[in-house]
Amino acid sequence: MPIEFETPKPIAQTQFVLKTVAEEMMRSKSRYFDEHEHEIPWDYIEFMHTAMKAMGVGSLAPKEKGNGHDGDEKKEKRPPIAYQVLASQIEALAWGDVGFYLVTPGGGLGAAAVQAAGTPEQRAKFLARFAEEKPTFAAMCMTEAGAGSDTASIRTRAILDEKTNEWVLNGEKIFVTGGDKSFTEYEKLGKGFIVVWASIDPSAGRAGMRAFVIEAGTPGVRVTKLEHKLGIRVSDTASISLVDARVPFDHILGSPTVEKTTTGFKGAMATFDATRPLVAASGLGVARAALEFLKEKLTEHGVQVRYGLPRQKLTNIEREVIDMEIMLKSAWLMVIKAVWMADNRKPNALESSMSKVKAGDVGTKITQKVVEILGPLGYSREFLAEKWFRDAKITDIYEGTGQINRLVVARQILDYSGKDLR
Amino acid sequence: MYSFDPTEEQQMLVEAVNKYAVNDLRVAARDAEENHELPGKLVSKGWELGLLQASIPEAYGGFGERSAVTGVLAVEEMAFGDLAGTLAVMTPSLFATPILLAGTEEQKQEYLPKVIEGDWAPYTAALIEYAFDFDPNDLKTTATLRDEEYLLNGEKAFVLFAKDAEMLLVYANLDGKTQGFIVPRDAAGLSISDECEKLMSLNALPMYRVKLDSVKVPAANRLGGASGMDFEPVLASMRLAAASAAVGVANAAFEYSKNYAKEREAFGVKIAQKQAIAFMLAEMRTEIEASRLLNWEAAWKLDQNHDDAATEAYLAFTGAADMAMMVTDRAVQILGGHGYIREHPVEMWMRNGRGFAMFTGLAIV
Ligand SMILES: Cc1cc2nc3c(=O)[nH]c(=O)nc-3n(C[C@H](O)[C@H](O)[C@H](O)COP(=O)(O)OP(=O)(O)OC[C@H]3O[C@@H](n4cnc5c(N)ncnc54)[C@H](O)[C@@H]3O)c2cc1C
Repeated sequence: MPIEFETPKPIAQTQFVLKTVAEEMMRSKSRYFDEHEHEIPWDYIEFMHTAMKAMGVGSLAPKEKGNGHDGDEKKEKRPPIAYQVLASQIEALAWGDVGFYLVTPGGGLGAAAVQAAGTPEQRAKFLARFAEEKPTFAAMCMTEAGAGSDTASIRTRAILDEKTNEWVLNGEKIFVTGGDKSFTEYEKLGKGFIVVWASIDPSAGRAGMRAFVIEAGTPGVRVTKLEHKLGIRVSDTASISLVDARVPFDHILGSPTVEKTTTGFKGAMATFDATRPLVAASGLGVARAALEFLKEKLTEHGVQVRYGLPRQKLTNIEREVIDMEIMLKSAWLMVIKAVWMADNRKPNALESSMSKVKAGDVGTKITQKVVEILGPLGYSREFLAEKWFRDAKITDIYEGTGQINRLVVARQILDYSGKDLR
Repeated sequence: MYSFDPTEEQQMLVEAVNKYAVNDLRVAARDAEENHELPGKLVSKGWELGLLQASIPEAYGGFGERSAVTGVLAVEEMAFGDLAGTLAVMTPSLFATPILLAGTEEQKQEYLPKVIEGDWAPYTAALIEYAFDFDPNDLKTTATLRDEEYLLNGEKAFVLFAKDAEMLLVYANLDGKTQGFIVPRDAAGLSISDECEKLMSLNALPMYRVKLDSVKVPAANRLGGASGMDFEPVLASMRLAAASAAVGVANAAFEYSKNYAKEREAFGVKIAQKQAIAFMLAEMRTEIEASRLLNWEAAWKLDQNHDDAATEAYLAFTGAADMAMMVTDRAVQILGGHGYIREHPVEMWMRNGRGFAMFTGLAIV
């Protein structure tokens, strides 16, 4: 297909619904949950679960092609757009409230890890639950107190107990998004899981890293803390401790043997290639919310942005607004290109990380500018601009900080390994 | 649907342009800049790639159809070689493309074959004016209707190849709107400066001031005839040409400084292995991509006649001008003192880079 920028129909058709959801179910509660950290937005969770079931989407995780969901052979010819749809939905929900978006039931990063690193059998086994009766969550646990950006230095260990053929895990994970809802067994929720990254052979470094699916309620695993945060407060961020936690043998994602290769680590990285543009999309949703709010306020106060004038004739506010629009539009196109590549199975490590670098920058810059330009209105908790400023900052931190993504981009363009450029 | 794949034809074209850009334009660029002259053969070789010819239908002597998307792809690739050379090769488009977009049937019949059927010939256009607040939509050069004729008064700047031009397309303010007028170079009242413009870059290009002192233009020579023209898509196409040239020049600076950084050693490692350098390169690459995609989308919208195509082209242009300044500046920085020396091309690209903000009117896709 030639170069084209027509919003695909399946995306255009859902935009209106998502906007209504964003306004009715998210925006109206944004302030309340920002000020009541650790309360759970049950209405939203149940509404979203019902709505997604009605629309035939069991999970926000993209469906694998040909996993039996639609045996419609005729549709095969149409270009795949699952990731594009997903990115657009996430952007639209994050426009409503990025914290709420993170509390949308479905597989989240946990399911994404199963998708990227699991076998087809594992995908079938672990991902089916998201289409069932009760809303269900999954989370991904990589970060530890001593290992954030430097994922290869995680200390959590998995040892095979040959007698029972079970993996035994020990370690402490922190900053697990949705960790509580995925692991703690709530009445209103289905049984979730967490994906825990651990080493099966610390002497092998990256090659020894594997991901394990741990079912909610597994003995030995405990949620030990819920963080208090700058923003996205409605989303729980959990610490999870594992003490002799026993996990069935086939819950290891991918290969159970340590080869000289780094497939385990590559599994983690493949997850990031898939999820980085999606996180970027969520950051851009917040940025769009802030920019639209600013433009509304400017219009109310009779300030017109005169597009088309040369820079030197514009007022400062006009320049700022125009610059923000340029940033936002181009960042969005970078996200779309990265997910379009994922849909078409083109390697997208470079584009994926570039989209995250850009969205991290743009999300923080725009929300910071909007608060500044709105002055007291921006700073006041009467409006949501100040909240979006706090919410947006996370985009530049999780799924690889801005610096880590710059490293990934730099290594790609320079053809360097992690050793060449640390 | 979204798609980022150029067509096979576009890919072939881009490859051909790339060869010319790298093997011809880039090689000649430094001497051309220093000697204030582009070899004629160089320009005619670029003309033979047939970019303009392929954008004009057979009925008017061409062999294709105009596509802004193809245009931005080609301009970016050519500017990767050298900006001055690119602007020279594309100068006849400044005259022909607006006629194609906004001319009457008679105007197309009369002028388009003349421009494209032979060798490269200096048909040109005059838009820019020498004022700090120059605004293409608010020109100081005026057109007034008197006795079925238009009188043009004012002064134009940076007019490419004016001295040798056969014809000029002069833009003037008619009742608050920018309109185009086809004027022969020898029209009474039209005078061209003896000396070329002296600019911070583009020294290889002959550009002139053009004075218009009650130049009489027959009504039939108003672009679009009696009802005139819609300047908006023409301006958008000019802005996109500047924006895609900006991406091409930025990409040249990025590639050059990247390769340099992989060779140059300091403190026992390649400088590219230092994050301070590597992060600059990562950001340069990221911002180039951002601009490129915005250009593509704006061009696609222009081809589709989208309502917001002109705004999008304006945004793409404004963003690309900033991006090119940032990227070319960093390229010089990455080469350090060597970047400041005219043996390396990065200082020239940095001078180009500052110009894009004022280059609207020097090229069109
Ligand atoms: C709200 C929230 C939710 C999260 N959700 C999850 C989750 O669901 N699952 C999960 O596993 N993790 C999650 N994280 C963790 C997140 O991914 C990490 O915080 C992040 O990767 C950074 O790690 P760190 O905090 O240890 O910072 P550090 O790694 O200590 O980094 C500190 C600073 O040093 C910089 N830095 C580090 N290494 C380099 C380098 N090589 N070169 C240049 N600069 C460098 C970083 O960019 C940063 O600026 C979450 C974090 C937060 C705050």
